[in-house]
Amino acid sequence: MTLGRVVGCVWSTVKHPGLHGLRLLFVQPLTPELAPTGRRIICTDCTGAGAGELVYWVRGKEASFPFLPAEPPVDTTIVGIVDTIHLRKADAEPVAPAPAPSAPSKRKGKK
Amino acid sequence: MILARVVGTVVATRKDPRLEGKKLLILKPISPEGKDEGGYVVSVDTVSAGVRERVIAVSGSSARMAEGCKDVPVDSAIIGIVDEVSMD
Repeated sequence: MTLGRVVGCVWSTVKHPGLHGLRLLFVQPLTPELAPTGRRIICTDCTGAGAGELVYWVRGKEASFPFLPAEPPVDTTIVGIVDTIHLRKADAEPVAPAPAPSAPSKRKGKK
Repeated sequence: MILARVVGTVVATRKDPRLEGKKLLILKPISPEGKDEGGYVVSVDTVSAGVRERVIAVSGSSARMAEGCKDVPVDSAIIGIVDEVSMD
């Protein structure tokens, strides 16, 4: 599952019958820091998400599971609306390299 | 699903028998503003889309759930023709 923000919507009249009644929303995928990443995609919605809302969405065959027993041909679906995100900054940043170990053998050699 | 524009057709004689009778179109992914984005996709058409039309394409195993694509070796299918896109 990936974070995203609802940035628009799509209207379509001629479509697969399985898509009738489903909302199609444009979603901008986001990083955990909420920076945009990758191209905007069209998602179906099973949560009632609105414009500008922070959501998470699922990709692949699993995207049709919320609509079972119907199996609409969808590969991306919004499955949740985000309330809050807790992100430990220390975990997000790359780990600092460990200090170089002291080399006692060299010192012995200098003697 | 991605937004794309139909830019051409593909004709293939030697192909998997399950693909016979399927219309193959070349899609170019576009942004919601209509600008071209990188790459091309060959997609099976299930909604009778035409050249230069904006369409919705589904990829992966979900493509096999499109009309007439059950148990057909496809990984991309056109499942809708776009009337309008509205950005906030």
